[in-house]
Amino acid sequence: MIAIIDYGMGNLHSVSKAVERLGCEARVTSDPREILAADGAILPGVGAFGDAMANLRETGLVDTVKEYAASGKPFLGICLGMQLLFTESEEHGVHQGLDLLPGRVVRFQGDYKVPHMGWNELTFKQESPLFEGVEPGHVYFVHSYHALPERESDLLAVTDYCQPVTAIVGRGSVYGMQFHPEKSGDLGMALLRKFTDMASGRIEGFEV
Amino acid sequence: MLAKRIIPCLDVKDGRVVKGVNFVNLRDAGDPVELAAIYDREGADELVFLDISASVEGRATMVDVVRRTAGEITIPFTVGGGISAVEDMKRLLRAGADKIGINTAAIRNPDLITDGSRTFGAQCIVVAIDAKFNAEWGEWEVFTHGGRNSTGIRALEWAKEAERRGAGEILLTSMDADGTKDGFDVALTKAVSSSVGIPVIASGGAGNAQHFADVFAEGQADAALAASIFHYKEVTVQEVKQTLRGKGVNVR
Repeated sequence: MIAIIDYGMGNLHSVSKAVERLGCEARVTSDPREILAADGAILPGVGAFGDAMANLRETGLVDTVKEYAASGKPFLGICLGMQLLFTESEEHGVHQGLDLLPGRVVRFQGDYKVPHMGWNELTFKQESPLFEGVEPGHVYFVHSYHALPERESDLLAVTDYCQPVTAIVGRGSVYGMQFHPEKSGDLGMALLRKFTDMASGRIEGFEV
Repeated sequence: MLAKRIIPCLDVKDGRVVKGVNFVNLRDAGDPVELAAIYDREGADELVFLDISASVEGRATMVDVVRRTAGEITIPFTVGGGISAVEDMKRLLRAGADKIGINTAAIRNPDLITDGSRTFGAQCIVVAIDAKFNAEWGEWEVFTHGGRNSTGIRALEWAKEAERRGAGEILLTSMDADGTKDGFDVALTKAVSSSVGIPVIASGGAGNAQHFADVFAEGQADAALAASIFHYKEVTVQEVKQTLRGKGVNVR
């Protein structure tokens, strides 16, 4: 079972349907016990960073997420959910994040359109069990802030939007995708499948 | 590099797809969920559902269409039509819509843009603008109610205000080009796209693949929307993309 963490932010229905289409059971939940018992957990999120952290705190899920991430079971943050993995964000003032990955989230700034909205191409920066047998291509992004990981080793894939933009991060069993894999056609589903395969123990090194 | 997006638009009335020429003479073109799945497979980058139901029942049906569509497709989709409150937005977003399009209601109550953007994020809020050239002004005027009512508002000013209030995107329909199949309104699209810092979707007038190339190259559109030429298979999304690729336009 994959837990889709419900903390009052964003479109959980699409993520949960996508997981189900991959043949996995998906459960939208805010129950810490249910989350901790899951084979994999997804932290979705649409909206503002500060609101999201406040909601996680209010629902008492900050510790649950941290405990899950430390458990070694596959964990995936999507879009804002990815940004929350970092130390802090400058979205509407400075807000502390989950600090599972060192780095900051900053606003796009320059003579180009913001939000970065639409289909952009992935470049894989290093090997990852997520990428085995997967060809890079276009995925769907929509965001006005982007993450700057401190450690190069955490940066798994980038895209190009007038600068290299963090697209996929990962460290151990904790992953994050800035784009929406559930809205990114076949490639998005392929990457999501890698994640659910890890959760169900179909990928080596991730027997749970 | 960010790809240019091709977006089929489905007009939905009481749960069925219809498409009018110049917004009248509606014809039934099928089941929205099924059509959405077909467009997803054909390589559409996004979809727009425009709910033209007049009744409360019709609008309730739309929520169900959204929920079923979200379970079927793997690309983002926008829902517009008759949305006049943050509560309406919430209902559709929770059902699985990615973005909400607002038009007349935003002109009546511009705070709807601000409130929607603050509540759900700018990326969820698409402000739809129907514009028609006003010869007296020498620029474009905003119209509502499917192009029937003039507002006295300048389209460029309104686009900028929408951005200031937190819109994430502009869906720009030319009432002059809509239904003509003579091509998008390149001048209007360029004028709006170059005066805002958010993406602009060009709409109205698509008749062939070349028209898409024109509105991307000359009109500086970030995306282009069409309905009838896709629904009646005059050209497919893939054919449009092939043409664009051949002209060096970056597409998915």
